[in-house]
Amino acid sequence: MSKNSKTAGWGSALAVSPAKKIRRPFNWRPMMSQLFTVAVTLFGLLVLTFVIGRMMPSDPVRAIVGEDATRETYEMVFRQLGLDRPLWEQFLIYLRDVLTGNFGVSIRTGQPVITDILHVLPATIELATFAILIGATLGVSLGVLAAVNKDRWPDHVIRVFSLMGHSMPIFWTGMIGLLVFYATLGWVGGSGRMADFYIGLVDERTGFLLIDSALAQDWEVFRSALNHLILPASILGYSSSAYITRMTRSFMLDQINQEYITTARVKGLSSRQTIWRHAFLNIRVQLVTIVALAYGSLLEGAVLIETVFAWPGFGQYLTNNMLIGDMNAVMTCVLIVGVIFITLNLISDMLYRIFDPRTR
Amino acid sequence: MTTQATKLAVPGPLLALGNILRFLMKSPTSAFGLLVISVLIGVAVFAPWIAPFGPYAQDLNNTLAAPGGAHLFGTDELGRDIFSRLVYGTRITLTIISLVSIVVGPIGIFVGTTAGYLGGKYDTIMMRITDIFLSFPSLILSLAFVAALGPSLNNAIIAIALTSWPPIARLARAETLTFRSADYVAAARLQGASTSRIVLKSIVPMCLPSVLIRLTLNMATVILTAAGLGFLGLGAQPPVPEWGAMIAMGRRYMIDSWWLVTFPGLAILLVGLAFNLLGDGLRDALDPKQMNRR
Amino acid sequence: MTGEHILDVRKLSVGYRSDGGYIDAVRNVSFKLGREKLGIVGESGSGKSTIGRALLRLLPTARITAESIRFEELDLLNISEREMLKVRGRRMSMILQDPKFSLNPIRRVGDQISEAYLTHFKCAKADARAKTIDMLQAVQIRDPERVYDLYPHEVSGGMGQRIMIAMMLLTDPDVVIADEPTSALDVTVRLQVLNILDRLVSERGIGLIMISHDLNLVRNFCDRVLIMYAGQVVESLKAPELSNAQHPYTQGLLAAQPRIGGGRTPLKVLDRRPEWKEPLEVQA
Repeated sequence: MSKNSKTAGWGSALAVSPAKKIRRPFNWRPMMSQLFTVAVTLFGLLVLTFVIGRMMPSDPVRAIVGEDATRETYEMVFRQLGLDRPLWEQFLIYLRDVLTGNFGVSIRTGQPVITDILHVLPATIELATFAILIGATLGVSLGVLAAVNKDRWPDHVIRVFSLMGHSMPIFWTGMIGLLVFYATLGWVGGSGRMADFYIGLVDERTGFLLIDSALAQDWEVFRSALNHLILPASILGYSSSAYITRMTRSFMLDQINQEYITTARVKGLSSRQTIWRHAFLNIRVQLVTIVALAYGSLLEGAVLIETVFAWPGFGQYLTNNMLIGDMNAVMTCVLIVGVIFITLNLISDMLYRIFDPRTR
Repeated sequence: MTTQATKLAVPGPLLALGNILRFLMKSPTSAFGLLVISVLIGVAVFAPWIAPFGPYAQDLNNTLAAPGGAHLFGTDELGRDIFSRLVYGTRITLTIISLVSIVVGPIGIFVGTTAGYLGGKYDTIMMRITDIFLSFPSLILSLAFVAALGPSLNNAIIAIALTSWPPIARLARAETLTFRSADYVAAARLQGASTSRIVLKSIVPMCLPSVLIRLTLNMATVILTAAGLGFLGLGAQPPVPEWGAMIAMGRRYMIDSWWLVTFPGLAILLVGLAFNLLGDGLRDALDPKQMNRR
Repeated sequence: MTGEHILDVRKLSVGYRSDGGYIDAVRNVSFKLGREKLGIVGESGSGKSTIGRALLRLLPTARITAESIRFEELDLLNISEREMLKVRGRRMSMILQDPKFSLNPIRRVGDQISEAYLTHFKCAKADARAKTIDMLQAVQIRDPERVYDLYPHEVSGGMGQRIMIAMMLLTDPDVVIADEPTSALDVTVRLQVLNILDRLVSERGIGLIMISHDLNLVRNFCDRVLIMYAGQVVESLKAPELSNAQHPYTQGLLAAQPRIGGGRTPLKVLDRRPEWKEPLEVQA
């Protein structure tokens, strides 16, 4: 909600704008002040992750050296980690490390955390992208349908359907889905990104299994990957569609009562043409914002759904490291989620400006 | 219709509450939500009388029994009665919801009203901070806090509270901004009332209704987040009959014993849905446009 | 005022749903329209706008009843929505009040105008564009090529209303309903817009229904005037004969008009009597 009001504020700050064919200097000021805001938020993000990282009651040194290390080793590592210095100095070191792309080494894999994360991220992006495609298609069409039929039965059915998607514990839906569609009906693949015996058959080029297998023209793997993707993506998509449906409906209702809709009807457009060519066109911009935000929230669901489906992605990486207390990995993950979220917001703001002639 | 509207504007909070309740009961969906929540509270209060077994009572001779007979929803891997555990679980759910709301409400109101009323640098800084919190999905941030604090039910509650105050603060600030320049606030200032007195006596009461609605809507999210944390093993620890944790434990036996995960999940779904439906109805009830359209 | 009538409305009533029943906003309104300018005057809430929208069947929730609404060879009361789509915008159109709201904010005004044409005629987009630009010229817009590509927020109110007129007259309809076409405009541009409308309507022989609350405007602009009160037509007069009005409401309205050079005594306050709401029938 608050995010929307923010973008709306941006829009109104840019009230005057030039016509398409008259060139006027591009108005940089709002862009710059927005970038400044983003920079401040990013800095705050770093402070937050730093603070959370230091809040930890478990001993980071113990986690590295093990329970029966000598006192000397312990103190050496203690100094190596910089824990003997004052907090502000530790923060500066943290800042320097992050800015130079040094996020530390994962205790579990022994690899730089960032390498690990880049390795698992494509699996999650593949899942989330598929899910948002499903969620946005479902949400937008149901939202429009509900608005057009306001207070009649389709509206009520859609309201309950989408609130269900909003209320279900996604990990549970995942399990029930596996139980029904995999174990009982056998319609879809089970856990993981593909059937076990295909693992390693396809060269990893992009990390996106569908793309990799298509590149290798290995359609069996492609089919298996799709088969495994469809259930978790549908469940994630359904849960994200709830928010999209509700917002689409309310945006649409705002438009339907506008006078220009009457104009369109007077011109002789059918109600369907009026809805899609006029009303829908006007909410397109707002929808972009909503879908971008929903995409960010998918990461949340992904953490849970990946655990259920043993999906070797970002969410599983995060939870696994959390359970063994590898704070380097955990905090980096959190930081990355924050950065993705902020980036999505920024992108949706930019799209807003591109799509809406009034803000140009 | 006009009389209805003016009646609502009249202070009498009880009258308003009655009106809201009547409006809610008119819509079948919010009436359903209200009903489920009343049942939830009733079950939590009378849990020992409703549950046929204790939540921790094991019966190793009767493990993983299918639903039916003495065990309405079957038994788990230690022969504990799932129905009874669900019944006692309502207490945990309600505890989480109320603790989070009790913590989040005042913090959100304090930050929001002071930021809105004082404005200036303080406002900017406070709103930046809420922005930072809002730039994470709430579950991820809760995960991070719990990871730092260590997994337990109490820490889960703290983590959820820490992540859910910013939206409340934003709301309270927006409300404050609309009241700040109202005449009655100016009158209070002219009479020489101190800032804290104005905020406390003139502004906070005006923000309360919308904050309460927001808290209700928030409860569905709190339930889901708590269950998610429990499922990941970061919230309530077994053997506590928290619904999310019950699902996590039942996962291993899921293929053969579907009832282990199905019923706790349905319970979460039902309660989450009830709060969402109620919140939805409340929003309609307090939206003046909707009131008139009736 | 030719003898041939394009539109013949008999006993039109429009009811809106309210608690438990329908409340009539328009009651038993009858009138005929030739190739002329007919004004409908009334205060707000008198039902004058509802008539326009009912004729175009744009009130999905309202209950519309009438003895008949004959539009050329069609009975508007009984034709299907599908046939209605061929009437709206093609043979009967409506100019709305405020171009700020009646134009779609995110589409170029030119595209919105040519859409009116493309909806009813099969032709290339370029042809529709050419037609639109001609029409923009006809409503006295300078540099129509440039205006075509503007967005509604980039044009002034007067220009917006001329765009609206262009959009609604592009298809050469037989009847145009103008619903308070100038009340959202600055006084300075009102006359200009009215003159454009007047010229186009006369040139093309279009029947115009002008809905307005402005008695003076209607009196100077229209051939005939219907005066509405509480959903009914209380009187029908030729515009030049307005000062001979019989009905006390019309007389009241006239007396409440300020006049340059008139006395300095306070203007008469309009009194409204309940008996004017009683059913009555005026044939126009």
